[in-house]
Amino acid sequence: MMGQGQLRFEDISCQRGGRLLFENLSFALGPGDAAVVSGPNGIGKSSLLRLAAGLLMAASGTIQRAGRIALADESLALDRHLPLQEALGFWAKMDGGTTGKALTVVSLDHLAQVPVRMLSTGQRKRATLARILASCSDIWLLDEPANGLDLASLEVLSQMIACHRACGGIVLAASHQPLGIEQAQDIRLEARP
Amino acid sequence: MKTFLALAARDVRLAYGRGGATLPIIFFLLVATLYPFGVGPDGNLLAKTGGGVLWIAALLASLLPVDRLIAPDMDQGLLDQLAVRGVSEESIVLAKFAGHWLGFGPPLLIAAVPAAALLRLDATMLVRLELGLLIGTPGLAALSVLIAALTAGVRGAGALAGLLMLPLAVPLLIFGAGSLDPYGGSALKLLAATSLLAIAMTPFAAGAAIRAARE
Repeated sequence: MMGQGQLRFEDISCQRGGRLLFENLSFALGPGDAAVVSGPNGIGKSSLLRLAAGLLMAASGTIQRAGRIALADESLALDRHLPLQEALGFWAKMDGGTTGKALTVVSLDHLAQVPVRMLSTGQRKRATLARILASCSDIWLLDEPANGLDLASLEVLSQMIACHRACGGIVLAASHQPLGIEQAQDIRLEARP
Repeated sequence: MKTFLALAARDVRLAYGRGGATLPIIFFLLVATLYPFGVGPDGNLLAKTGGGVLWIAALLASLLPVDRLIAPDMDQGLLDQLAVRGVSEESIVLAKFAGHWLGFGPPLLIAAVPAAALLRLDATMLVRLELGLLIGTPGLAALSVLIAALTAGVRGAGALAGLLMLPLAVPLLIFGAGSLDPYGGSALKLLAATSLLAIAMTPFAAGAAIRAARE
């Protein structure tokens, strides 16, 4: 059930490969909230999302999360030889969602029977978004979701995000291009001297 | 449990659907075919040494798909997606192990029949070989998954996998070949014990390796 999600960072420091990426980062997101992480390349935007997903451990601080998480990073995580619908179905079945509607939203329904390896860059990105949609999760973690998308798909993306928030979902996105998210918190990671 | 079954079923489909399972079998039969050419057509010699050769072939056959067990899933983010959904690495590895064994164990047991004929093993020997392989191949599959997890993301993983696998698999080989002896009952029990140990150890060791690779 959506609307119960929560994501809270308290004094988080992140260290990768012996290098301190950021420290004392705090923010809190409740139902319907969104935040956009911005900053130059290599500053730790993706690491922040992986921290939120629980894939990395914070060097210090605590992360509280409630609700189910969906992560869209640069990897597609769909079996390349399978038709798109079947590959998405693997995750949808696990998450208890359906693929048909998600594919229609990102207008990939006409490619449902095409093997994943035949998809173009933008279509892959849209397939990732379909995976997120079909997951019925409370918290969306989107890493550069706008990369490779055409104008029409960008519009779909911002509608998806608005719709998810209206249903009480949470969105945390890392991007260096505007995503058209209204009233989003701005988490700016600064280059360290 | 649903996730476990879905994962194992996916691996089995991968193994059978894309010819992955036929490769170890062809390799296994190839060894059985070539060995008589190497040592000559002496039936007694073949019958005496053939069982051990088939065990070596089984060991190497289990190692063949090692670069396709974990590394592709790690590269394409499948393991991350499972972790985000709260699936533990240990149960992922267990599912991988089940999928790998189902992908190469049963076909190998079937291929052992013509291979035994090629090496002039008699019926009692064939029964002992099949029994040993039935007990030993799960251990070999577990070790392959462990090595696959340890070498995932490393360049030249294939050669390294062989180097890592062989010392770990030596006990299985010794007791497996030993169980072919007419008085090999105790070797069979030790084979079962070694196999169980490998299966029990793999989820934890391979799970830790997958988590470490994420950093």
